[in-house]
Amino acid sequence: MRTIREFEERLHQEFQSGTVPGFLHLYSGQEAIAVGICEQLEDHRDYIGSTHRGHGHCIAKGVDVKAMMKEIYCKKNGVCGGKGGSMHIADLDKGMLGANAIVGGAPPLALGAALTAKTLKTGGVAVPFIGDGAANQGTVAESMNMAAVLKLPMVFMFENNGYAEFTAASYATAGSIEARAKAYDIPAVTVDGADFFAVYEASREAIERARNGGGPSAIEAKAYRFWGHFAGDPQRYRAPNETKELRENHDCLKHFAARVTQAALLDQAEMDAIDVEVMQLIEDAVIEAKADDQPDPQSLYNDVYVSYN
Amino acid sequence: MSLKTYREAINEALRQEMEANDRVIVIGEDVAGGAGGSAGGAEAAGGVMGITAGLATKFGRDRVIDTPITESAIIGMAAGAALTGMRPVAELMFADFIGVCLDQIYNQAAKFRYMFGGKARTPLVVRTMIGAGMGAGPQHSQAIYPILTMIPGLKVIVPSNAYDAKGLLIQAIRDDDPVIFCEHKGLLGDSCEVPDEPYTIPFGKAAITRKGDALTLVGMSRMVKHCNEVADRMKKDGIDIEVIDIRTTSPLDAATILESVKKTGRLVVVDEANPMCSVASEISSIVASDAFDYLDAPIKKVTAPHTPVPASPTLEALYLPTPAKIELVVRELLDY
Ligand SMILES: Cc1ncc(C[n+]2csc(CCOP(=O)(O)OP(=O)(O)O)c2C)c(N)n1
Repeated sequence: MRTIREFEERLHQEFQSGTVPGFLHLYSGQEAIAVGICEQLEDHRDYIGSTHRGHGHCIAKGVDVKAMMKEIYCKKNGVCGGKGGSMHIADLDKGMLGANAIVGGAPPLALGAALTAKTLKTGGVAVPFIGDGAANQGTVAESMNMAAVLKLPMVFMFENNGYAEFTAASYATAGSIEARAKAYDIPAVTVDGADFFAVYEASREAIERARNGGGPSAIEAKAYRFWGHFAGDPQRYRAPNETKELRENHDCLKHFAARVTQAALLDQAEMDAIDVEVMQLIEDAVIEAKADDQPDPQSLYNDVYVSYN
Repeated sequence: MSLKTYREAINEALRQEMEANDRVIVIGEDVAGGAGGSAGGAEAAGGVMGITAGLATKFGRDRVIDTPITESAIIGMAAGAALTGMRPVAELMFADFIGVCLDQIYNQAAKFRYMFGGKARTPLVVRTMIGAGMGAGPQHSQAIYPILTMIPGLKVIVPSNAYDAKGLLIQAIRDDDPVIFCEHKGLLGDSCEVPDEPYTIPFGKAAITRKGDALTLVGMSRMVKHCNEVADRMKKDGIDIEVIDIRTTSPLDAATILESVKKTGRLVVVDEANPMCSVASEISSIVASDAFDYLDAPIKKVTAPHTPVPASPTLEALYLPTPAKIELVVRELLDY
């Protein structure tokens, strides 16, 4: 969670200084969701499908942070060779089917990964991440129905951060997401997405059900988006104190720290040590990304087909 | 008449047509600037690029409608409303998202008039944004208008400047057929003299933006800017290039292109889209079949390569046709 937070906050700074190309959608505030579920997924047999706000999902699924940073800088040694950028980071070796710049693009792909798992009996699970906005796409309804019909091993992870771009979920998302899943006979729960343990527990049950042939589940995690829709969004649709309030009262990292110190699982010094390690990792990642080469001009033409060039 | 940006010209066309006809409505994601937010619903932006800014305040949220993210429903709803008496302008934020709602466009809206025996009218406008150059990656940067151009029943508009954008958009809103209006994100900030009053530009009528007899350069959308630049530069060397801005890919003004090629004997087509089955290949084919006798050199295309749009700004720059690449091909052809 700390790595994701640091990665995002640092990227925001870098974006403001003009060094990061393209669009940047930051995940700060939602870390407990990605980590809460991905902690329980394996690299090789479990897959996630991500969104345009995918950095946190990638990190939680174990994609190399430095290669990600290079990709966001669109450099030669980025995970996708600089051709994908922030919104298209993918790493199939890590079970990461790709961030996705098409809202609602991932759930059908996740159906496919779940079908593979079911057919080949790998015991694998597929998890699409879906925003409250994406929840309204036809692809999501179609995917829930298909997953239920075929009893696919899936966990639909809805991240309801209250907004889709500038439009509030309270306006655009009718009824409740949990109820939509239930209408397909998919077991569904709603949890506080700032509470790592709540996400973890709900995910544990859902993953277990999937692995045991119990079919799909859905989780609606109430999420908190600390930044705007994209880096640079002036957020005029939001009350000025809203993000401040969220950072104060709905910060999953603060929540996590309080819980683990109370339970004496980690002490302050141990957590500080993690912070130092993470800061260094991100610092190095940025330095290396900036220093990395631009992609070879010839690479523009390769990988169109397997046999191209 | 005053200097207006492409963005302002589009906004003004929408405003004036909404003023003139209360059946004109605007539908899309965040077109009113967002709804239901904690700031209390004040108009925030007017789409991600601010193109529809101010319209919700002026016309109200019954006529400028923020929607959920459901392109099939947006385009289908607009097509159905058009079929039943409204004149909707639906916004598809990025043209890349066409895949999500293509059925509503090509099996539904585009077919109504023909398959209902000529009895239906579908005064639908889909405004969308095309083009590379922002480092936005393969799913937000395409110039996919050839896909739409090949569908009978759709009219496809690719304005290259603010003046044309206003006149063509007003024409589109008044038109009784489904029109796909492709705005280039790289042109939004460009300005030129634009009349304050409403005016229309007919579809299927190309503009000759530079006169010349040495070679014909045909461009569309942002590429016209590059073509003009090349023509201006070559004029200094005493070479007069004729530049044609086709303005609309469907209907296509083949007559103006053929007439020009008959005069110059040389043709270069410049298109930001991928080359296969493209508008550039269609124009080349028309000229090869109908003006072959007049050609003094082979027809050449300057297009993007047959690859997706890479995110890397370095690769993206190589992907895009540039004035330098165009000039190189033009000079080669002049020496042929
Ligand atoms: C098919 C499609 N439509 C629209 C967009 C533009 N868009 C990108 S992100 C976004 C909002 C998504 O909201 P949500 O699913 O709630 O995710 P969040 O941004 O809140 O994480 C929109 C409308 C897109 N990328 N793809």
